Amino acid sequence: MSTTPDPAASRPARSGARTLAVTSGKGGVGKTFVTANLAAALAARGQKVLVLDADLGLANLDVVLNLHPKLTLHDVFTEKATLEQAILPAPGGFSVLLAGSGMVEYSRLTPEVRDKLLHIIDLVKPRFDWVLLDTGAGISDVVLFAISLAQDVLVVATPEPTSLTDAYATIKVLATQQERRQVGLLVNQANRVGEGKLICGQLQQVLQRFVGAMPGAGFRLELLGEVKSDPAVRQAVLKRQLMLEHYPGCDAAQAIKALAAKLVG
Amino acid sequence: MPASQLIDAAALDLDQALQLLQQAGALLPDAAPHSAAWLQAVLDALCDLSSKDALTGLVNRRSFEMSLAREVDRVARAGEPALLLMLDIDHFKAVNDTHGHLAGDQVIRAVARAVEQTVRPMDLVARVGGEEFAIILPNCATHVGLAVAERVRERVSELAIEVAPGQMHHVTVSLGGAFAPQWVRSSPLLWTERADRQLYRAKAEGRNRACLEPQVDSLVSAEEKGMLYATLNFESQQDLP
Repeated sequence: MSTTPDPAASRPARSGARTLAVTSGKGGVGKTFVTANLAAALAARGQKVLVLDADLGLANLDVVLNLHPKLTLHDVFTEKATLEQAILPAPGGFSVLLAGSGMVEYSRLTPEVRDKLLHIIDLVKPRFDWVLLDTGAGISDVVLFAISLAQDVLVVATPEPTSLTDAYATIKVLATQQERRQVGLLVNQANRVGEGKLICGQLQQVLQRFVGAMPGAGFRLELLGEVKSDPAVRQAVLKRQLMLEHYPGCDAAQAIKALAAKLVG
Repeated sequence: MPASQLIDAAALDLDQALQLLQQAGALLPDAAPHSAAWLQAVLDALCDLSSKDALTGLVNRRSFEMSLAREVDRVARAGEPALLLMLDIDHFKAVNDTHGHLAGDQVIRAVARAVEQTVRPMDLVARVGGEEFAIILPNCATHVGLAVAERVRERVSELAIEVAPGQMHHVTVSLGGAFAPQWVRSSPLLWTERADRQLYRAKAEGRNRACLEPQVDSLVSAEEKGMLYATLNFESQQDLP
């Protein structure tokens, strides 16, 4: 998925940014944490990166980054601010467009929300090398729509049974409803080295068996990263710091850097 | 400046507040008037008063809306299902018309009590309109939702309410319910709308019934789950080659 955009989907690889949706089946698996640090890792490789807080109802990118935005996506939606005003610099050398709490109103997918999101993606794409969409968790229509805006998808899951079941459900929906041929997987909070590979293989097997006959036939789940449980992550989260800035040497930071390297190719 | 000098409780004009508390039958504090403890107790009593419905003692609409917003947050973050039930007394106007407003009040009080006794202590029962109630049931599994609503409906239908000396009256209720979408922050308004829609359905389908929004079936079958976990060992912490 790192080099070839999905040909089957109606997501033409237009000029401009590569778009990657970061999602998860279940909340609280570190999706926003991964997104923010991945953005910093990409920025460190000289990429111009925007993180779009597409978790409209439950935005907490601002919490993770310890930002107190005055202007947000909500202000852009309601035409109280221009896009330029709402795109803010984040620690780590990338840009963010935060959803803001007013976005709760948009947690139902109406034609208006669809149009506005589509419009914003089109506006930001020419200005960046990467647009990361931090989506909500689960398979609600808003989340699936936010994912559909991106060429590629990274599903974050932890090795915990409920997280895996929900990740499986998300991947299955992406394979069947969005007709994606490839989805990336990042196993977060792995208990041991190699667990990511094991989990990815297991998910792939079940997908082959149960999605095989469906429109998603020939689907491939690619393990893009494994982040082992790391006390530095806990420290960074508690202090609301960017791990890549404050604990650049820790194992988790290395894993995120490896993910960025893989994506840039 | 020491904290004790920040306000002079004796200089405050509390007549109206105290009068209100007295009218509401709130117990006035034992502490010495205008002491910090006394003032705290007055404020607590006022808070209590402003969050309760005078007729039933249930949580009032304003307090309900705050609780609902909190529950929406909780479900979005924790993912535990929560059910919102809207309940309306059937043909309530007829009670008022036939037996008078005092009888109507009796019915509302009796229904309130019956509902409270039927749900769990952690559930929140509110009076949100004349003859309309709302129940927030946190951490309520989707497969038991209808049974809970039915239990409330049955319990109310069994009531014999004395609306006049020796005159017993029976009422029925209609209920509509919807679960908060898990992991997604809905808005309290949207959630209420969805439950209300089911209440209208219950009314339209003949009253004295409970209707819940249909649930989407799980996407992952038991067979898929079984295969998913077949070879995974979640307990081992040993690195793999």
